[in-house]
Amino acid sequence: MNMRAIWAIYRYEMARTLRTPTQSIISPVISTVLYFVVFGSAIGGRIESVEGVSYGAFIVPGLVMLSILTQSVSNASFGIYFPKFIGTVYELLSAPISFVEIVIGYVGAAATKALAIGVIILLTAGFFVDLQIAHPVWMVAFLVLTCISFALLGFIIGIVSGSFEQLQLVPLLVITPLVFLGGSFYSVSMLPEAWQAVTYFNPVLYLISGFRWSFYEVSDVSVMVSLIAILFFLAACLTVTWWIFKTGYKIKS
Amino acid sequence: MAPIVDIKSLTKSYAKGPPALNAVSLQIEKGEILALLGPNGAGKTTLISIICGIVTPSSGTVTVGGHDILTDYRAARSMIGLVPQEVMLEPFETVINTVTFTRGLFGKKPDPALIERILKSLSLWDKRNSKVMALSGGMKRRVLIAKALSHEPSVLFLDEPTAGVDVELRKDMWRVVDELRESGVTIILTTHYIEEAEAIADRIGVISGGQILLVEDKATLMSRLGAKEMEIELHDPIDALPESLAGYNLSRSDDGTTLSYVYDTQAGRTGITRLLQDLSAAGLVVRDVQTRQSSLEDIFVGLVKEKT
Ligand SMILES: Nc1ncnc2c1ncn2[C@@H]1O[C@H](COP(=O)(O)OP(=O)(O)OP(=O)(O)O)[C@@H](O)[C@H]1O
Ligand SMILES: [Mg+2]
Repeated sequence: MNMRAIWAIYRYEMARTLRTPTQSIISPVISTVLYFVVFGSAIGGRIESVEGVSYGAFIVPGLVMLSILTQSVSNASFGIYFPKFIGTVYELLSAPISFVEIVIGYVGAAATKALAIGVIILLTAGFFVDLQIAHPVWMVAFLVLTCISFALLGFIIGIVSGSFEQLQLVPLLVITPLVFLGGSFYSVSMLPEAWQAVTYFNPVLYLISGFRWSFYEVSDVSVMVSLIAILFFLAACLTVTWWIFKTGYKIKS
Repeated sequence: MAPIVDIKSLTKSYAKGPPALNAVSLQIEKGEILALLGPNGAGKTTLISIICGIVTPSSGTVTVGGHDILTDYRAARSMIGLVPQEVMLEPFETVINTVTFTRGLFGKKPDPALIERILKSLSLWDKRNSKVMALSGGMKRRVLIAKALSHEPSVLFLDEPTAGVDVELRKDMWRVVDELRESGVTIILTTHYIEEAEAIADRIGVISGGQILLVEDKATLMSRLGAKEMEIELHDPIDALPESLAGYNLSRSDDGTTLSYVYDTQAGRTGITRLLQDLSAAGLVVRDVQTRQSSLEDIFVGLVKEKT
């Protein structure tokens, strides 16, 4: 393993974030605060509690998930797409590093950023509502696994994308709707039965459910099912990444 | 001694079009400077890109320092520095960071003193904290060179390092290349400028249509340049060469108005005086005389034309 190369990529990517703090850190915080104001205060005033948890506190895990999913996907996809776009990818290809090391560097950095944002949002949320974390180990596990899996997804998107438009497409058209419809802001049991059935096809539901369980011990599906779902998703992303590596798809001519 | 870069029947076909490289074989000796000359689309960049790992070859093998570029890519690439033809740099990064980054990518331990020396030798030290986008085109090119040198390569590829660079910077670069050669670095550069190849290369290769047409020591090539041609314009056209001039290496133009005489400037006697005397003895009146020296450019253009 060329550890220095992984470290160089990781640090370079992290430096990019710190160079643009407004875009990378402040904007997700602001949007979370806005969600709180709109959902927590406006709607929360009408819905007292969901399954024994105050509405404001109930939506926190969903909000964190919403942010880390979009952040890990967009960070990782941009991280690898940008060098392709401006041509500096030649450096990665001509360096004595393996594809695995490239993936670890980029995905690691993107996951770290998403994780940091998740923590920042949790802290921000702490100012608004009374947070309890029943199972901290599970919480951290879900957080980390989700960041890594979706950063991998982002990496794949960044490699496959041929334009900035395509780069935005998946986060915008797939991730955000899935998170909104995955029970970020409500419990699935609040939906009509027909819709509940549909919702169970949404993979993000399992993430949010498991993550919320680690806070309040309330969930839509069993926590084990959630864990299996996230591990399955991680495995799927690893497989696709492996395939890209094997075929050199869209990186080398 | 085994060549440091050994290319054996390397072929590359891109998805579309004819092969960009067609069974290219080339041996590059340790410590030499090889200039690759060739027209646009000849395959120079493709050749370099394959050796550096940016493009996958269709067939053939390359070893660098005895390491196969595919099966033993880490060892091979560790030895190689690349200055690409296009300026490709992250615009928002500072000069020093981008150069340090490259060294890290190559797995080398940080060495700020070395980076400082490199940046100073390329007159970039004052600009080390500038963002890349704030540099002029020539400076960006120097940053590319600094990046390639940051990990102390023993083989350096320079893909048209002086394209779009002013005379002064070009001289600067030649000086850097010279210093590198002194320290034992093998250098392969591509160029369209024949003077550049003449000025710094030990050997010159000509590539066109994906094939190497010639690789020769610069000295050998230059001795071919010793040949000069004299054109003698006659007052009155002639139908045939007079018998008395048969001993000379003369050719008559189709319209009979000019004779051309090829001679070697390096030879002790060029035979010009005797020829002129014999011409007037044969009753021919000379109107004008011109001499022409064939340049590397002529050889080059001739070779490329021959093949197409
Ligand atoms: N990525 C690519 N996809 C398809 N064809 C390519 C690609 N890169 C180069 N080619 C083709 O391969 C041939 C050789 O190109 P190459 O860039 O190696 O030439 P070159 O000698 O470097 O030319 P120049 O002096 O213009 O830089 C050209 O016909 C070019 O169109
Ligand atoms: Mg080229």
